[in-house]
Amino acid sequence: MFDGTPHELPPYAQAIGMEIVDVEGRVCLLKLPYREDLVGDPDTGVLHGGVITACLDNASGWAVRCHEEWDDGESMATLDIRIDYMRPALPQQEILIEAQCYKITKYIAFVRGVAFQSSKDDPVATSVAAFMIGTPNAQGANL
Amino acid sequence: MKLLADMRQSNTLDLQAVMDHLPYTRFMGIRVEQRGTEITTIMPFDDKLIGNTNLPAIHGGAIGSFLEITAVIQLLAETSIERFPKTVDISVDYLRSGKPVDTYGTAIVTRLGRRVANVRCELWQEERLKPIAASHGQFLL
Repeated sequence: MFDGTPHELPPYAQAIGMEIVDVEGRVCLLKLPYREDLVGDPDTGVLHGGVITACLDNASGWAVRCHEEWDDGESMATLDIRIDYMRPALPQQEILIEAQCYKITKYIAFVRGVAFQSSKDDPVATSVAAFMIGTPNAQGANL
Repeated sequence: MKLLADMRQSNTLDLQAVMDHLPYTRFMGIRVEQRGTEITTIMPFDDKLIGNTNLPAIHGGAIGSFLEITAVIQLLAETSIERFPKTVDISVDYLRSGKPVDTYGTAIVTRLGRRVANVRCELWQEERLKPIAASHGQFLL
Protein backbone atom coordinates (compact mmCIF):
# COMPACT_ATOMS: atom_id res chain seq x y z
CA MET A 1 0.00 0.00 0.00
CA PHE A 2 2.16 2.84 -1.13
CA ASP A 3 2.67 5.62 -3.56
CA GLY A 4 5.17 8.31 -4.35
CA THR A 5 7.77 8.62 -7.06
CA PRO A 6 8.16 5.30 -8.83
CA HIS A 7 11.90 5.12 -8.33
CA GLU A 8 11.93 5.65 -4.65
CA LEU A 9 10.69 3.11 -2.15
CA PRO A 10 8.05 4.35 0.33
CA PRO A 11 9.16 5.66 3.75
CA TYR A 12 8.39 2.44 5.65
CA ALA A 13 10.36 0.31 3.18
CA GLN A 14 13.26 2.73 3.54
CA ALA A 15 12.92 2.71 7.32
CA ILE A 16 13.52 -1.04 7.44
CA GLY A 17 16.33 -0.68 4.91
CA MET A 18 14.88 -2.27 1.78
CA GLU A 19 16.70 -1.71 -1.49
CA ILE A 20 15.84 -2.39 -5.12
CA VAL A 21 18.27 -4.87 -6.65
CA ASP A 22 16.90 -5.46 -10.12
CA VAL A 23 13.80 -5.18 -12.28
CA GLU A 24 13.44 -7.41 -15.29
CA GLY A 25 10.16 -7.54 -17.16
CA ARG A 26 7.41 -8.33 -14.68
CA VAL A 27 9.78 -9.62 -12.03
CA CYS A 28 11.47 -7.41 -9.51
CA LEU A 29 14.09 -8.27 -6.94
CA LEU A 30 14.55 -6.35 -3.71
CA LYS A 31 16.74 -7.00 -0.73
CA LEU A 32 16.72 -6.39 2.98
CA PRO A 33 20.15 -6.24 4.61
CA TYR A 34 20.29 -7.83 8.07
CA ARG A 35 19.80 -5.34 10.88
CA GLU A 36 19.92 -5.84 14.64
CA ASP A 37 16.94 -3.58 15.27
CA LEU A 38 14.66 -5.80 13.15
CA VAL A 39 15.30 -8.91 15.22
CA GLY A 40 12.32 -10.77 16.68
CA ASP A 41 14.18 -13.09 19.02
CA PRO A 42 17.18 -11.55 20.79
CA ASP A 43 18.33 -15.02 21.93
CA THR A 44 18.86 -16.22 18.36
CA GLY A 45 19.14 -13.03 16.30
CA VAL A 46 16.42 -14.22 13.91
CA LEU A 47 14.52 -11.41 12.17
CA HIS A 48 10.92 -10.82 13.24
CA GLY A 49 8.31 -12.50 11.04
CA GLY A 50 6.59 -9.15 10.67
CA VAL A 51 9.63 -7.84 8.85
CA ILE A 52 9.25 -10.58 6.24
CA THR A 53 5.55 -9.69 5.93
CA ALA A 54 6.46 -6.05 5.34
CA CYS A 55 9.09 -7.00 2.74
CA LEU A 56 6.73 -9.23 0.78
CA ASP A 57 3.95 -6.64 0.83
CA ASN A 58 6.33 -3.95 -0.33
CA ALA A 59 8.04 -6.00 -3.02
CA SER A 60 4.61 -7.10 -4.30
CA GLY A 61 3.48 -3.51 -4.63
CA TRP A 62 6.71 -2.70 -6.40
CA ALA A 63 6.08 -5.51 -8.89
CA VAL A 64 2.76 -3.92 -9.85
CA ARG A 65 4.56 -0.65 -10.56
CA CYS A 66 7.09 -2.48 -12.70
CA HIS A 67 4.43 -4.14 -14.88
CA GLU A 68 4.43 -2.76 -18.44
CA GLU A 69 0.69 -2.01 -18.27
CA TRP A 70 1.06 0.06 -15.13
CA ASP A 71 0.29 3.74 -15.63
CA ASP A 72 2.62 5.86 -13.52
CA GLY A 73 -0.11 8.36 -12.72
CA GLU A 74 -2.20 5.65 -11.06
CA SER A 75 -2.44 4.90 -7.39
CA MET A 76 -2.91 1.56 -5.71
CA ALA A 77 -3.51 -0.16 -2.40
CA THR A 78 -3.08 -3.72 -1.14
CA LEU A 79 -6.42 -5.55 -1.01
CA ASP A 80 -5.11 -8.68 0.61
CA ILE A 81 -1.99 -10.73 1.05
CA ARG A 82 -1.51 -14.29 2.23
CA ILE A 83 1.91 -15.30 3.49
CA ASP A 84 3.27 -18.79 4.21
CA TYR A 85 6.34 -19.04 6.39
CA MET A 86 8.59 -21.99 5.59
CA ARG A 87 11.56 -21.37 7.85
CA PRO A 88 13.15 -18.66 9.98
CA ALA A 89 15.56 -16.35 8.16
CA LEU A 90 19.18 -17.10 9.10
CA PRO A 91 20.68 -14.32 11.21
CA GLN A 92 23.38 -12.01 9.84
CA GLN A 93 22.32 -12.70 6.23
CA GLU A 94 20.42 -10.44 3.89
CA ILE A 95 16.99 -11.46 2.60
CA LEU A 96 16.13 -11.32 -1.07
CA ILE A 97 12.52 -10.80 -2.11
CA GLU A 98 11.38 -11.56 -5.61
CA ALA A 99 7.90 -10.55 -6.71
CA GLN A 100 6.08 -11.05 -9.98
CA CYS A 101 2.95 -9.26 -11.09
CA TYR A 102 1.51 -11.94 -13.34
CA LYS A 103 -1.77 -10.24 -14.22
CA ILE A 104 -3.20 -6.75 -14.29
CA THR A 105 -6.84 -6.04 -15.07
CA LYS A 106 -8.54 -2.66 -15.12
CA TYR A 107 -8.93 -2.54 -11.35
CA ILE A 108 -6.92 -5.40 -9.88
CA ALA A 109 -3.32 -6.62 -10.01
CA PHE A 110 -2.27 -10.13 -8.96
CA VAL A 111 1.18 -10.74 -7.54
CA ARG A 112 3.17 -13.63 -6.11
CA GLY A 113 6.31 -13.26 -4.10
CA VAL A 114 9.06 -15.26 -2.47
CA ALA A 115 11.52 -14.31 0.26
CA PHE A 116 14.74 -16.32 0.36
CA GLN A 117 18.39 -16.16 1.30
CA SER A 118 20.88 -18.29 -0.60
CA SER A 119 18.49 -20.12 -2.90
CA LYS A 120 14.97 -19.61 -4.17
CA ASP A 121 14.49 -23.37 -3.75
CA ASP A 122 14.76 -22.95 0.01
CA PRO A 123 12.32 -20.09 0.62
CA VAL A 124 11.87 -18.29 3.92
CA ALA A 125 8.32 -17.33 2.96
CA THR A 126 6.02 -17.06 -0.05
CA SER A 127 3.06 -14.81 -0.71
CA VAL A 128 0.13 -14.12 -2.98
CA ALA A 129 -1.47 -10.71 -3.04
CA ALA A 130 -4.12 -8.68 -4.84
CA PHE A 131 -3.89 -4.93 -5.31
CA MET A 132 -6.62 -2.45 -6.13
CA ILE A 133 -5.69 0.01 -8.85
CA GLY A 134 -7.02 3.54 -9.12
CA THR A 135 -7.72 4.10 -5.44
CA PRO A 136 -8.37 7.69 -4.30
CA ASN A 137 -5.02 9.36 -3.94
CA ALA A 138 -5.66 13.07 -3.51
CA GLN A 139 -4.09 14.44 -0.37
CA GLY A 140 -6.45 13.89 2.55
CA ALA A 141 -8.87 11.71 0.51
CA ASN A 142 -8.70 9.08 3.25
CA LEU A 143 -9.26 11.39 6.20
CA MET B 1 13.05 -17.10 24.82
CA LYS B 2 14.80 -16.68 28.15
CA LEU B 3 12.90 -13.57 29.26
CA LEU B 4 9.58 -15.30 28.62
CA ALA B 5 10.67 -18.49 30.40
CA ASP B 6 11.79 -16.46 33.43
CA MET B 7 8.47 -14.61 33.51
CA ARG B 8 6.55 -17.89 33.35
CA GLN B 9 8.60 -19.34 36.18
CA SER B 10 8.00 -16.39 38.46
CA ASN B 11 4.42 -16.02 37.20
CA THR B 12 4.99 -12.37 36.28
CA LEU B 13 4.07 -12.14 32.60
CA ASP B 14 4.54 -8.52 31.53
CA LEU B 15 3.54 -8.19 27.88
CA GLN B 16 4.86 -4.64 27.57
CA ALA B 17 8.24 -5.77 28.90
CA VAL B 18 8.26 -8.55 26.28
CA MET B 19 7.52 -6.01 23.53
CA ASP B 20 10.27 -3.74 24.81
CA HIS B 21 12.67 -6.69 24.86
CA LEU B 22 12.31 -7.51 21.14
CA PRO B 23 14.25 -5.14 18.89
CA TYR B 24 11.62 -5.11 16.11
CA THR B 25 8.60 -4.42 18.34
CA ARG B 26 10.68 -1.70 20.01
CA PHE B 27 11.48 -0.29 16.55
CA MET B 28 7.74 -0.25 15.80
CA GLY B 29 6.98 1.34 19.18
CA ILE B 30 4.34 -1.30 20.01
CA ARG B 31 2.43 -0.81 23.26
CA VAL B 32 0.13 -3.21 25.07
CA GLU B 33 -2.79 -2.37 27.31
CA GLN B 34 -4.34 -5.11 29.35
CA ARG B 35 -7.50 -4.90 31.38
CA GLY B 36 -8.32 -8.28 32.85
CA THR B 37 -8.43 -10.70 29.95
CA GLU B 38 -8.96 -7.94 27.39
CA ILE B 39 -5.89 -6.81 25.48
CA THR B 40 -5.51 -3.87 23.15
CA THR B 41 -2.30 -3.44 21.20
CA ILE B 42 -1.25 0.00 20.03
CA MET B 43 0.96 1.04 17.12
CA PRO B 44 1.56 4.76 17.73
CA PHE B 45 1.75 6.73 14.52
CA ASP B 46 5.22 7.61 13.31
CA ASP B 47 6.37 9.12 10.01
CA LYS B 48 8.44 6.05 9.24
CA LEU B 49 5.25 3.94 9.01
CA ILE B 50 4.05 5.79 5.91
CA GLY B 51 3.54 3.86 2.69
CA ASN B 52 1.66 6.36 0.59
CA THR B 53 3.15 9.83 0.94
CA ASN B 54 0.37 11.49 -1.07
CA LEU B 55 -2.64 10.61 1.07
CA PRO B 56 -0.79 9.99 3.45
CA ALA B 57 -1.46 6.39 4.54
CA ILE B 58 0.31 3.78 6.64
CA HIS B 59 2.25 1.11 4.72
CA GLY B 60 0.48 -2.22 4.24
CA GLY B 61 3.63 -3.96 5.42
CA ALA B 62 3.57 -2.11 8.74
CA ILE B 63 -0.11 -3.02 9.13
CA GLY B 64 0.62 -6.67 8.29
CA SER B 65 3.38 -6.91 10.87
CA PHE B 66 1.27 -5.20 13.50
CA LEU B 67 -1.48 -7.80 12.93
CA GLU B 68 1.06 -10.57 13.39
CA ILE B 69 2.39 -8.97 16.58
CA THR B 70 -1.17 -8.58 17.90
CA ALA B 71 -1.87 -12.28 17.31
CA VAL B 72 1.32 -13.36 19.08
CA ILE B 73 0.61 -11.13 22.10
CA GLN B 74 -2.82 -12.71 22.48
CA LEU B 75 -1.28 -16.19 22.35
CA LEU B 76 1.31 -15.25 24.99
CA ALA B 77 -1.53 -14.06 27.23
CA GLU B 78 -3.81 -17.06 26.73
CA THR B 79 -1.26 -19.87 26.96
CA SER B 80 1.72 -20.65 29.14
CA ILE B 81 4.17 -21.14 26.26
CA GLU B 82 7.79 -20.27 26.93
CA ARG B 83 8.81 -20.08 23.30
CA PHE B 84 7.50 -17.52 20.89
CA PRO B 85 4.79 -18.89 18.57
CA LYS B 86 5.97 -19.23 14.98
CA THR B 87 3.71 -17.93 12.25
CA VAL B 88 2.82 -20.73 9.84
CA ASP B 89 0.67 -18.54 7.63
CA ILE B 90 -1.31 -15.33 7.80
CA SER B 91 -3.95 -13.81 5.52
CA VAL B 92 -4.41 -10.08 5.71
CA ASP B 93 -7.42 -8.17 4.37
CA TYR B 94 -6.91 -4.44 3.98
CA LEU B 95 -10.28 -2.82 4.55
CA ARG B 96 -9.56 0.91 4.70
CA SER B 97 -6.46 2.99 4.24
CA GLY B 98 -4.52 3.51 7.46
CA LYS B 99 -4.62 7.17 8.36
CA PRO B 100 -1.59 8.86 9.89
CA VAL B 101 -2.88 8.35 13.44
CA ASP B 102 -2.45 5.68 16.15
CA THR B 103 -3.70 2.19 15.28
CA TYR B 104 -5.26 -0.25 17.76
CA GLY B 105 -5.45 -4.00 17.57
CA THR B 106 -7.36 -6.84 19.13
CA ALA B 107 -7.18 -10.61 18.66
CA ILE B 108 -9.25 -13.70 19.31
CA VAL B 109 -7.78 -17.17 19.58
CA THR B 110 -10.36 -19.03 17.50
CA ARG B 111 -8.93 -22.44 18.25
CA LEU B 112 -6.14 -23.47 20.53
CA GLY B 113 -4.78 -26.88 19.65
CA ARG B 114 -1.85 -28.71 21.15
CA ARG B 115 0.54 -27.67 18.41
CA VAL B 116 -1.22 -25.06 16.33
CA ALA B 117 -3.42 -22.10 17.19
CA ASN B 118 -5.75 -20.21 14.87
CA VAL B 119 -5.94 -16.49 15.63
CA ARG B 120 -8.08 -13.72 14.16
CA CYS B 121 -7.18 -10.06 14.53
CA GLU B 122 -8.71 -6.73 13.73
CA LEU B 123 -7.17 -3.26 13.60
CA TRP B 124 -8.94 0.05 13.87
CA GLN B 125 -8.14 3.70 14.34
CA GLU B 126 -10.63 6.34 15.37
CA GLU B 127 -13.72 4.16 15.17
CA ARG B 128 -13.82 0.67 16.60
CA LEU B 129 -16.60 -0.34 14.19
CA LYS B 130 -14.65 0.75 11.13
CA PRO B 131 -11.74 -1.69 11.03
CA ILE B 132 -8.84 -0.83 8.73
CA ALA B 133 -7.51 -4.39 8.47
CA ALA B 134 -8.27 -7.94 9.56
CA SER B 135 -6.27 -11.14 9.56
CA HIS B 136 -6.46 -14.82 10.32
CA GLY B 137 -3.49 -17.05 10.71
CA GLN B 138 -2.06 -20.30 12.03
CA PHE B 139 0.68 -20.25 14.63
CA LEU B 140 2.90 -23.12 15.71
CA LEU B 141 3.14 -23.26 19.49
